[in-house]
Amino acid sequence: MIGFLSYLVFFTTIASILAIAALGLNLQWGNTGLFNGGVVAFFGAGAYGTLLLGGAPQSDHIGGFDLLYPIALLGGMIVAGLLAWIVGILTIRLRHDYLAISTFGVAVAFENLMRNAQWLAGGAKGLRGFERPLREFLGDGFLYNVSFLIIVLFILLSVYFFLELLVSSPFGRLLRAIREDEYAARSLGKNPTNIRLTAFVVGSIVMGLAGGLYGAFYAFVSPQDILPMLTFQIWAMLIVGGAGNNKGAIFGAFLIWAAWTSSGWLLSRFAPIETQLYTGSIQYVLIGVVIVTMLLWRPQGLFPERLVISQPGER
Amino acid sequence: MIQHLIDGILIGSVLSLGAAGLTMIMHILRFANFSHAELLSIGAYAALVFDQIFKAVEPFFSEQIGAFSITWALFLAMFFSLVLTGASAVLFDFLVFRRIREKGDELSMVFASFGLALIIRNLIGLSFGLSTQLYSKDIVFATVFSRDPLIAFKLDHLATLSITLVIMLAIHLVLSRTNFGYSLRAVGENPELAQINGIDLKRTIIMVWFLGGGLAAFAGVFYGLTNQITPMIGSDLVLPVFAATIVGGIGSIYGALLGGFIVGVAANVALIILPSGYSPSVPFLIIIVVLLIRPNGLFGESRI
Repeated sequence: MIGFLSYLVFFTTIASILAIAALGLNLQWGNTGLFNGGVVAFFGAGAYGTLLLGGAPQSDHIGGFDLLYPIALLGGMIVAGLLAWIVGILTIRLRHDYLAISTFGVAVAFENLMRNAQWLAGGAKGLRGFERPLREFLGDGFLYNVSFLIIVLFILLSVYFFLELLVSSPFGRLLRAIREDEYAARSLGKNPTNIRLTAFVVGSIVMGLAGGLYGAFYAFVSPQDILPMLTFQIWAMLIVGGAGNNKGAIFGAFLIWAAWTSSGWLLSRFAPIETQLYTGSIQYVLIGVVIVTMLLWRPQGLFPERLVISQPGER
Repeated sequence: MIQHLIDGILIGSVLSLGAAGLTMIMHILRFANFSHAELLSIGAYAALVFDQIFKAVEPFFSEQIGAFSITWALFLAMFFSLVLTGASAVLFDFLVFRRIREKGDELSMVFASFGLALIIRNLIGLSFGLSTQLYSKDIVFATVFSRDPLIAFKLDHLATLSITLVIMLAIHLVLSRTNFGYSLRAVGENPELAQINGIDLKRTIIMVWFLGGGLAAFAGVFYGLTNQITPMIGSDLVLPVFAATIVGGIGSIYGALLGGFIVGVAANVALIILPSGYSPSVPFLIIIVVLLIRPNGLFGESRI
């Protein structure tokens, strides 16, 4: 029973962290219509940034500034935001293909850099030397994981309410206006490029926050944690949940993560030994099928965006 | 240095053919197709299968052509692979992209292309195995053309390069001399106006997919000849091929042909300074450099 409970805590923690990333993507794609092909780069920037700033000093690579965890987490979010700002400022004013390709490229390059640059973040063997915050009070067991989960759930709710507020504010209205008709927005004196860039950076900072929590939960991050698959999983979460709907994004995150972990468990349990090598491929095909069939069958997702009329006219 | 240049030109011919097909799709359907590189993979594997069938059917086909390691079977298989890959590109459009296009969302097309790429890549891995394969198990030695500076390449490479140049000439003739070439440009400029002038949009789109797939098939076979055939061909080449379209300017076929060589050479020359582990990042660096100095590429138009 305790085993099941502790697995449930573990599962909910990871799903909630991924839900935060899906919320960040929803601001970019759902509300603003920006394609991010490299979610994992911003997630990874947050994770690496947080662990580098908050970890103990290491002899073989830079970092280890031993900062207090909230400050390190904030630093990780800033790293993710800066990365997004650089990519965004180069591409957002161009036709949308450029953003798609560049974000995809930045994820490839980021993973490649982390795998090779031993001096920067430990290279392929990953980033060690980070101690989980408050470990001396809470220990390493069930109590710690429950406390961590409570904090993650609190952050998830905060991000949710922050984004709901943002989307219903005049700024959110502007985002939808630009998404629907850029020229109309421009004719009203709005600057679509700046507003898109803001939304892109804010969304990426939220992804960085998710990465910083993920890194702290495992107290470790390596290039294996920032493979392109994570981007596809987070997309699947948003597409299934419903682009433009924050509740949908959270629901989609839990649903897809449950499907992913259970399919992995079923395959490892019941697939014949000689096909075990291929279980990864089968799971990848499944994620691809989920993305394509959802787009064909129900592109608005399970929870479609609720279109609001800001100021209903008089009848 | 010269050797890096030559290697760059060789991989450049693969990227050129891949990018030319991709940029055509981006020109008329206006979305970044992340599954295009999987067509190279399909082309390489299709040629492998046809090659083995022909060898089994008729022993003569196992003979090598002249001094090349390319057999008659493989030569013939290339054309069968062209048809099959072109047809699968049309099929993917029919099954996925056309349906999403009709709902009218460009961004969903990009997502769908990623999903499709995942499906194709892993189905290939499941059917052909994850290990690498080769067209010919014989070891082909590079011919040394000069010892100082050291210049060496395989005769096969000379063949692939010449075929690429012939294909490029053919593309040029089609674009500048045929009705299809005109309608392609017209549809890219303004689909509505093109239709008013009697261009069959659906037919043009089918032709573009077929042609893009056919070019990808040749690129895939050439990649298999110079490197090896693995299910990861698509994921390894997707970024370099996109870099080539951006260097040339998205939508410009001539730009893509040139861009492929530029990216191939730049990526190889960059490895003089950078450790080879960084080679997957080089296409991204090239994209950043282009965006900084000339965002619309060599021949691109600046449209949103």
